[in-house]
Amino acid sequence: MGNNVEALTTVFTEFYYWVTVVFMFLIHVGFCMYEVGASRRRNHMHTLMKNTMLIPLVTITFFFFGWWIYWAFPNGPGFIGGLEDGSANAPWSPTMATNLSDRITGVFWAAFLLFSWTAASIVSGSVIERIRSTAFWIHAVLIGSVFWIIDASWGWHYAGWMVKVLGYHDAYASGVIHAIAGGYALGVLVVLGPRLGKFAADGTPRDIPPHNPWLVTIGLFLIYTGFWGFYAACNVPIISPEVIDGQITGVTWTATNIYLAPTTLGAITFNFLMSLSGGLLVAYIVSKGDPFWTYSGGLAGIITASAGNDLYHPIQAMFIAGFGTYCAYKLHYWVERKFKIDDAVGAVAVHGYAGFIGVVIAGFMLWGQPSSPYEGYAAINPLGQLLGAIIMFGVLGFLPAYIVSKIMAGMGILRIPAKAELQGLDHHSEIAYQAAVDDVTNAERELAAAQK
Amino acid sequence: MSTNGMESWAVDLKDIGAIYPFQGTEVILVILGVIFWIGFHVMQARVEASELADAERDFNSEHSNKSIDRY
Repeated sequence: MGNNVEALTTVFTEFYYWVTVVFMFLIHVGFCMYEVGASRRRNHMHTLMKNTMLIPLVTITFFFFGWWIYWAFPNGPGFIGGLEDGSANAPWSPTMATNLSDRITGVFWAAFLLFSWTAASIVSGSVIERIRSTAFWIHAVLIGSVFWIIDASWGWHYAGWMVKVLGYHDAYASGVIHAIAGGYALGVLVVLGPRLGKFAADGTPRDIPPHNPWLVTIGLFLIYTGFWGFYAACNVPIISPEVIDGQITGVTWTATNIYLAPTTLGAITFNFLMSLSGGLLVAYIVSKGDPFWTYSGGLAGIITASAGNDLYHPIQAMFIAGFGTYCAYKLHYWVERKFKIDDAVGAVAVHGYAGFIGVVIAGFMLWGQPSSPYEGYAAINPLGQLLGAIIMFGVLGFLPAYIVSKIMAGMGILRIPAKAELQGLDHHSEIAYQAAVDDVTNAERELAAAQK
Repeated sequence: MSTNGMESWAVDLKDIGAIYPFQGTEVILVILGVIFWIGFHVMQARVEASELADAERDFNSEHSNKSIDRY
């Protein structure tokens, strides 16, 4: 840090990302509450542990190779160039550790890591009550530390090939996090199959209501809260034009989106709240006031508008959110009926379909606008966004999940056996719990008897 | 002698980088970390397979119905 302004900028940036990480932790608290609320009592602890343990697994693998992928893969590799030098972000780099000359790598890594947890957690909810933890945790590592971060390197990096060639624009990750995670969840679900009892013999779907709707809705409220941190973490908080080193002229410092194009926290605050509102209003109407779908609709609304929420007018964000929410709700039930897909929490719809639609809409709404402050990049356009959405949802989401799930199913490690599913996934821990309760209560009764 | 090369803070901080102990062992640490990670998956898979086999063996419809009725 050469002077006091530079020092203040660095320390402010360090603290800024650190705060976003703490906020984003609430996303995971929310997902855990949401999943446990949606599961039935006999599966509570399994559901909770399945989600909780993705935290350490994705964290360490994101340290070992996920972060390096982000910095090494912007060219594909092989699409517009070879591997980039990611050595400063390799796990053995001195800057990936306690280092007084680098205050930013740790907090920036952590912000991306929290996105990784979110991607894995989105998949987690849809597969509850019948997936083996063994299988899910391998999937968590793949979506959290491999596939989403490849798409981030391609479409959410200032030099990513999708940004350069397609003009891909996805400022708050409609596609980069949500469409890929939704597509990945769908790929797993197709192979995994529905929960026992979900469909009648004639194929009619049955509703499996959450055992605790309160917990589900409070969980979603917490996800909203964490989403604020997510939005802030997608920005660079303060940067000068000479550091960007692009086409911006003058000396006005600014916040930027992930592509280093100017934006403001004020803009995204307007649009976050208006898209949340658009989603909630439409979801309430279309679901006839169903609390689960109304809350989920708020989330779907934000997700739909996120691709362009750095640039939209707030009222545009509201209508885009409402449209995406309506489509996601209708698509969820259509896919459920038509393909017998049991998405326990509607994650494929709320994240996958809404994210996909949001990326495509941004192509029309932002058509012709620059995707980057650097020269020679394609402008934002509908075809580039459509291709981007297909890459996110289909190529990096659905496809690898389907292939890996098929392999797991072939090895017999994907799904819980039917008897265990009916008896409950907490069967083993409940037996141990009851044995411990019996043991201590018997001992206390004996002590009480001895007092006479 | 110290494990990170720092024996006092009488230094200009602009000259200081990494301060963790035993610098130079990073690659070994990564290899051990990856073994720890893979080891977790292997051990966890064995434990889960064993628990599920127990659950299948212990299955009885009465207990199952009780579990289902708890919703």
